[in-house]
Amino acid sequence: MGTIRTSKWLIAGPPLVYLLLLFAIPTLIMLVASFRQPGQFGGLAPLISGPTGAEQVNLTFDNYARFFGSFLYAELFITSLVYALITTVICLIMAYPLALLIARSPKRHRDLLVLLVILPFWSNFLIRVYAWIIILGPQSLLVSGLNLAIGVLGLEPVRILYTPAAVVIGLVYVHLPFMVLPLYANLEKHDPGLLDAAQDLGAGVWQRFWQVTFPLSMPGVYAGAALVFIPAFGIFAVPDLLGGTGSSMIGNVIKQQFLDSRDWPFGSVLSMVLTAVAVTLAGVAAWFARRSRS
Amino acid sequence: MALLQIRNVTRRFGDFVAVNDVSLSVEAGEFFCLLGPSGCGKTTLLRMIAGFDAPDGGTITLDGLAMVGIPPEARNIHTVFQSYALFPHMSVAENIAFPLRMAKVAPAEVAARVGEALKGVSLAGLGGRYPNELSGGQRQRVAVARALINRPKLLLLDEPLAALDAKLKEHMQLELVTLQKEVGIAFIYVTHDQQEALALAHRMAVMNHGRVEQVDEPSKIYGCPRNRFVADFIGTCNILDAQVLGVEDDCVRLRIAGLGDVRALGTDHVQPGVKGALALRPEQVAIGLQLGPNPNENHFSGQVFDSLYLGDVTVYVVELGNGSRIEAMLPNSAPGRVKVFEAGDAVEIGWRVDAGRFLAD
Repeated sequence: MGTIRTSKWLIAGPPLVYLLLLFAIPTLIMLVASFRQPGQFGGLAPLISGPTGAEQVNLTFDNYARFFGSFLYAELFITSLVYALITTVICLIMAYPLALLIARSPKRHRDLLVLLVILPFWSNFLIRVYAWIIILGPQSLLVSGLNLAIGVLGLEPVRILYTPAAVVIGLVYVHLPFMVLPLYANLEKHDPGLLDAAQDLGAGVWQRFWQVTFPLSMPGVYAGAALVFIPAFGIFAVPDLLGGTGSSMIGNVIKQQFLDSRDWPFGSVLSMVLTAVAVTLAGVAAWFARRSRS
Repeated sequence: MALLQIRNVTRRFGDFVAVNDVSLSVEAGEFFCLLGPSGCGKTTLLRMIAGFDAPDGGTITLDGLAMVGIPPEARNIHTVFQSYALFPHMSVAENIAFPLRMAKVAPAEVAARVGEALKGVSLAGLGGRYPNELSGGQRQRVAVARALINRPKLLLLDEPLAALDAKLKEHMQLELVTLQKEVGIAFIYVTHDQQEALALAHRMAVMNHGRVEQVDEPSKIYGCPRNRFVADFIGTCNILDAQVLGVEDDCVRLRIAGLGDVRALGTDHVQPGVKGALALRPEQVAIGLQLGPNPNENHFSGQVFDSLYLGDVTVYVVELGNGSRIEAMLPNSAPGRVKVFEAGDAVEIGWRVDAGRFLAD
């Protein structure tokens, strides 16, 4: 009995330690920081200050008051939510056919196709986003060709780089594999006999998809949506590089607070709210996923 | 005209001929069994009838309509799959309603018909359950109810009872026979279990290596097998290599190497010199310490080699003078039975001339 309990802890122990070190403790540090005051030259002001005997603890609600006192930050959260939502929906629409194609290919081709999906991870994320600056730039073949075509129709030339459209393109590009992989993992396990049965009982190709394949893939849809939505919600690199001044997301502001304004406590407040929103949404997704499975 | 007509259907996979020039017909309201060992082509034939596979040659017509080229969803034929293929994300009622919804039946009518169907397969009250909450037998009933709900012309069943234990299997067989009689829809039932086929079928086809070996009523298949394969595959049978010596009025004289001459029923057009086999069912072979001479019987003496007690009957393996063995079966309920033979006992065996059949190769 005792040995079983010991070995159980030996197995569960290391992951618990990682979780504590890499997630719980940093979040706690961030939580405390969000109640502290900024240091004079960045960083944080000392937690305890003042002469001996008359020390004071420098904790304050001011940072939260600042956040809730202005609609500006809520608006940034809403903008980021909209970007993340659009990205998730486009990723889902683009990834589903691809995941289905891979799952229905002959077994010997599947590994190669999955490899192709994760191939972009082999080059640096920032470099791949930089590449889009060239692709979406006004001189690029894509954009100049597009403008040539719509010029024929008598329309004004369009700009893509440094617009919200460029941000969405970048976000979709970066997150697409995170939607494809969980969807594929789900679709690959489907019993093809169910589709035969549906067809036998009178279902056409679309009915087979909407009545059988899609409902059975909901756990994959929720997993993919969570894996795309949550990082897209907090990202700063893509809007930084591809977005214009009007397409900032909450991640950009957090980055600014830490690096440019040197207001760590307020950056921590924004991070805490971001985490809270993301965890809440993940919880909702998990609840939906559980319900769809039962 | 028959409901389903299969004419000269062939299906090849590369060099392998899965179904070889098969012709069959199934009548409306008939319970038809396709029986054969695994790999004999019965499932391929079933998939072609359902529309999941297309023949390389030949025609399939349902009610006079050519079926080749019509997809499964447009055929008035439903299948009960071996795995049942119930939709795991739908309740029992939703599963059964599926074909009606696909056919765009009005929701109120769907509900009424699903309720009726649930009662019909004694699952009333279980409509809200999910497939993973059902027993094997219940799942099987849902699969059958789902396949029958919009009254197809033909129901195909692909080894639907293979996953059930023996007792439940027997129970479900009776249920299926009753249900088929009630609904009056033609069933084509695929199985590799010969007892199941004999028990269920009005008529059955025995398949081997992609060919139909014999089509007939179960009693004819059992009693008058047309060739060595059918005789061997259906039930147990003594099969002894034999050659025709001569043809008499109503029987043939055979020489069985090493054993001697016997008389048996022959098939038409048998000529002296033809080689084949003598097929003899164990239950037709009498066994005793001493059998009275009878001109209508073949008669041999030998020794009990082994016996197999099966409860209702006992099978005795009798070794004859030359080493060949014949199985004889005695019901254990036979009145006045006092002697159970032991291995080594000297016995006589005999069988009526018309009990043995000569099967030409």
